[in-house]
Amino acid sequence: MDTHQLHPEKWVDLYADYLFNYAITRVSETEIAKDLVQDTFIAGLKSAKNFKGDAAERTWLIAILKRKVIDHYRKINSKKGKAEVRMNYSSQTDAEGDWLEERIADPNSNFEQDAMENEELGLAIQNCISKLPKKQAQVFTMKTIEGMETEDICNALGINASNLWVMIHRARTGLMACLNENWF
Amino acid sequence: MMISCEKAVDICNKAQYREATNWDILKLKFHLFLCKGCLSHSQKNNKLTSLCKKANLVTLTEEEKKKMKQNLTSKG
Repeated sequence: MDTHQLHPEKWVDLYADYLFNYAITRVSETEIAKDLVQDTFIAGLKSAKNFKGDAAERTWLIAILKRKVIDHYRKINSKKGKAEVRMNYSSQTDAEGDWLEERIADPNSNFEQDAMENEELGLAIQNCISKLPKKQAQVFTMKTIEGMETEDICNALGINASNLWVMIHRARTGLMACLNENWF
Repeated sequence: MMISCEKAVDICNKAQYREATNWDILKLKFHLFLCKGCLSHSQKNNKLTSLCKKANLVTLTEEEKKKMKQNLTSKG
């Protein structure tokens, strides 16, 4: 097995979006997720000498991010711990009475399953995007995820529309091939 | 009415971002009716669009990434 090496100078380009997507499903607030990603990179840099090379770089960074998420919840909970604990049976207002039976998990609900699957899907797509050539990944992200107008992207990157569509085409074909095994 | 496969793929890509005209889409449908290769590619392409929507992807802007890089180099 070849040992892995760290390349901190490439971290932001390669993993920032992946980590950001991972973080946002756990803290659900953009600003906090962003800070956690930044903290993760900094912590990674500081403890780079402890990196043994038995995990891939991204796996190692995700492990740090997981700790950061836990720390985040610990921090906000210790602040909250000083306030009173209030329990509410339900946030639903249309429920009739306070029936405990209404609170149990719905065995027919697909919600949790879907949420987990969507998170996995998001990380899979992000992973595939990071394997594309940089320019293609950039154009695809601007167009698909940020939803920018064709003209704005062309202006920002100094390309013409037919260049853009060629890159979109290559990116999409690449993504289809990359996602093919598990998602199509 | 009959368009080339290259043109069909191009329209199909634009259609993913609602940037194809109705007339183009009609030409595309006609092409797909006759061309199984493009049909399968087009179905995958549509699927990719729906997967991307379903995943609720988020991304950091280039500026935010630049800032992160600066923070990293100043700490490193």
